[in-house]
Amino acid sequence: MKGLPPVLITATVLVAGFALCAVQFPNIASTRVVGNLLTDNAFLGIVATGMTFVIISGGIDLSVGSVIGFTTVFVALAIERWGVPPLVAFVAILALSAAFGAAMGTVIHVFDLPPFIVTLAGMFLARGASFLLSTESVPIAAPVYSTISDFALRMPGGGRLTAIAIIMLVIVVGGALLLHLTRFGANVYALGGSRATASLMGVAVGKMTIKIYMLSSLLAGIAGIVFSFYTSAGYSLSAVGVELDGIAAAVIGGTLLTGGQGSVIGTFLGVLIQGLIQTYINFDGTLSSWWTKIATGVLLFAFIALQQGLVALARRPVAKSMGVAS
Amino acid sequence: MENSPDPAPPLLEVRGISKSFGAVRALQQVDFTLRAGEVHALLGENGAGKSTLIKVITGVFPRDVGIVRLGGEEVAPRSAKAALGAGIATVYQEVNLLPNLSVAQNLFLDRQPMRFGIVREGEMRRRAKALLADFGLDIDVAAPLRNYSVAIQHVTAIARAVDLSARVLILDEPTASLDRHEVEILFGIMRQLAQRGIGIVFVSHFLDQVYEISDRITVLRNGRLVGERETASLPRLDLIRMMLGRELAETTGTRASASEHMAREICASFEGYGRAGYVAPFNLELRHGEVVGLAGLLGSGRTETARLVFGAERADRGQARVEGAAVRLHSPRDGVRLGFGYCPEERKTDGIVAELSVRENIVLALQAKRGLHRPLSRREQDEIAHRYVRMLDIRPADPERPVGLLSGGNQQKVLLARWLATSPRLLVLDEPTRGIDVGAHAEIIRLIRELCDDGLSLLVISSELDEIVTYSDRVVVLRDRAHVEELAGEAIDVGNILAAIAADGAATVHEGRA
Repeated sequence: MKGLPPVLITATVLVAGFALCAVQFPNIASTRVVGNLLTDNAFLGIVATGMTFVIISGGIDLSVGSVIGFTTVFVALAIERWGVPPLVAFVAILALSAAFGAAMGTVIHVFDLPPFIVTLAGMFLARGASFLLSTESVPIAAPVYSTISDFALRMPGGGRLTAIAIIMLVIVVGGALLLHLTRFGANVYALGGSRATASLMGVAVGKMTIKIYMLSSLLAGIAGIVFSFYTSAGYSLSAVGVELDGIAAAVIGGTLLTGGQGSVIGTFLGVLIQGLIQTYINFDGTLSSWWTKIATGVLLFAFIALQQGLVALARRPVAKSMGVAS
Repeated sequence: MENSPDPAPPLLEVRGISKSFGAVRALQQVDFTLRAGEVHALLGENGAGKSTLIKVITGVFPRDVGIVRLGGEEVAPRSAKAALGAGIATVYQEVNLLPNLSVAQNLFLDRQPMRFGIVREGEMRRRAKALLADFGLDIDVAAPLRNYSVAIQHVTAIARAVDLSARVLILDEPTASLDRHEVEILFGIMRQLAQRGIGIVFVSHFLDQVYEISDRITVLRNGRLVGERETASLPRLDLIRMMLGRELAETTGTRASASEHMAREICASFEGYGRAGYVAPFNLELRHGEVVGLAGLLGSGRTETARLVFGAERADRGQARVEGAAVRLHSPRDGVRLGFGYCPEERKTDGIVAELSVRENIVLALQAKRGLHRPLSRREQDEIAHRYVRMLDIRPADPERPVGLLSGGNQQKVLLARWLATSPRLLVLDEPTRGIDVGAHAEIIRLIRELCDDGLSLLVISSELDEIVTYSDRVVVLRDRAHVEELAGEAIDVGNILAAIAADGAATVHEGRA
């Protein structure tokens, strides 16, 4: 094996960054801070997991932020105004978002349109629809919300692993298993390698495309529910631009934007890096929170340059002759 | 090799296949028979219909008429995937696998061994290793395919096809990017598969390899079946004659005697000119008012020579001279600056700009030569376009018509006009009569002679030997990327050219391999 896999580089950056922060603010190295970091970024971790599948398959999904926004508004209205039991509201919105993703996947496959355009249209559509439902923030007062918000596993050192953090971790682990251990996962990589070749080799490209966008939208729906737990409200302007944070997390985690390469674990590390920067800025107290964006931008540049370098290395003809046994 | 007629029905039978693309008849009433356990070479020059035949058999193109029988039963696959399901697998020169996946995943994509919905990675690798071991390959199957050479990727593709229970294996130019040693290994695998009863169709333009590996040969020319022969009883000269066509051609046309030509001034000369791995160093002199023909089989180095002469490819040895003075010839720009012109073989992709008008296409090279800061006025453009439309008899005589709407012959004339407008001293024409109808053929040939009477120097590549014989003052024959013979004057005839192309053939067949 030559070189360092991108995931290891991301992990190194995370550990080094964490160590640096801990030197400056020793309090950062506590389960309390780590627990908060996981809770604050739970919805991003969920969305970024779905985004990883989409990007590895050679696509992109710009609609996820809007789907989160729509979900929060829908759930809030359903519970508070329409009197729907929370569980029913959750099932309904998940079915709705999965159908939305399936529709985008179908359009992408059947009309052979660029995913960028189709999901961009989906982004406007979902955001517009959430404004249609309500332009104001709708607070959610249902008892189940306070129960879930209060629920947390105690970690040694006083940290709290909240319910939404647990949901995120379960989805990350599940996503990693799905991507790396199943036939579905192998097909996602195959699609990212070359759609035409994958089709020749027997992969049902159309079905796969639909399933992948369905998965991404479904996870965005879950992220939306998690976001509503997090804020105890539904607001049509929530999670604007989260799709870009998700893409950034995936790329920082070593996923190739052109598809065919990447991992869910890498994306998770990318989410943690973004969370760490945010935490550092909170601890510092003097920096504007927009420094998060600047630091993320710098990191993105660094990782894209790194990937191009690795790709260039891989392109160099490897003069391996055939291993002859006969 | 069989010594008695095969009693069983042939493995693959193709009968009376025809296929047209618009007005172009790509295949006409072609038959093809493949027996189990044989390696059958499918040969023909560019445009003979080999790839069309393969694509019709594998269902990539629908056929117009004709039937395909596999093991006696009629099959009509509608896609490459369906053909694969029926047992006909194709491995193209460009390997159709996924370089980002592991070798094992490539071998078992969409049919991995599973348990409880989980891919059994260990089992898959074990099977992949065992499968490749059959082909004499011992590699790390967990590594991405792109880490391996093209040869290994080819073997992987073949292994996948065979493991998918292929009975017919079509190998389209499999050896084009392999070195000698890798070809040996591939041939070993092919023999082994043939012994197992798989029928192999081998498409290649390397005749040495065809003689080395194949049992029988089918030759196509211009979309028609020329014949099917046993390899062992087909002399190389006869094979080349089958491929290039016309039993004998009468030499026509007026040709200046060789001595007269030697007296003419040299326009451009190339001494020890060549490029490693591209064309062996050659000496070539091009005189004013002379047509030099380049003859040889596909892949013999004709186009490569032309590209070196024009500067489209950079030579790594030798010296080019124009009118006696040493010149730098590193890029097409240098070529244009020196007054060279080049009409490539792929007219549609490398030559014309289909959306632009005849006028715009004609002034393209002249404008490029002058530079963008000295634009040609519209009046100058019109004047130039009209002159060449009249001179070359381009039809319809409408300079504003998009070139894409013209016939092949007229497109060729527009290309010629483009270079003539730059008043070149040397024009290189690669297959100027390819894909144009018979009437236009004669006209292009007449034009070539006329241009050369005006003092232009021409280097012409053609697979049509009678054509070359008709207009060339000298003919350079190429074989295996080297210039092997130069014929002049009375020595130019189809027989001599064929003999030069086939010269080493008899020798190498007996010695085994080169």
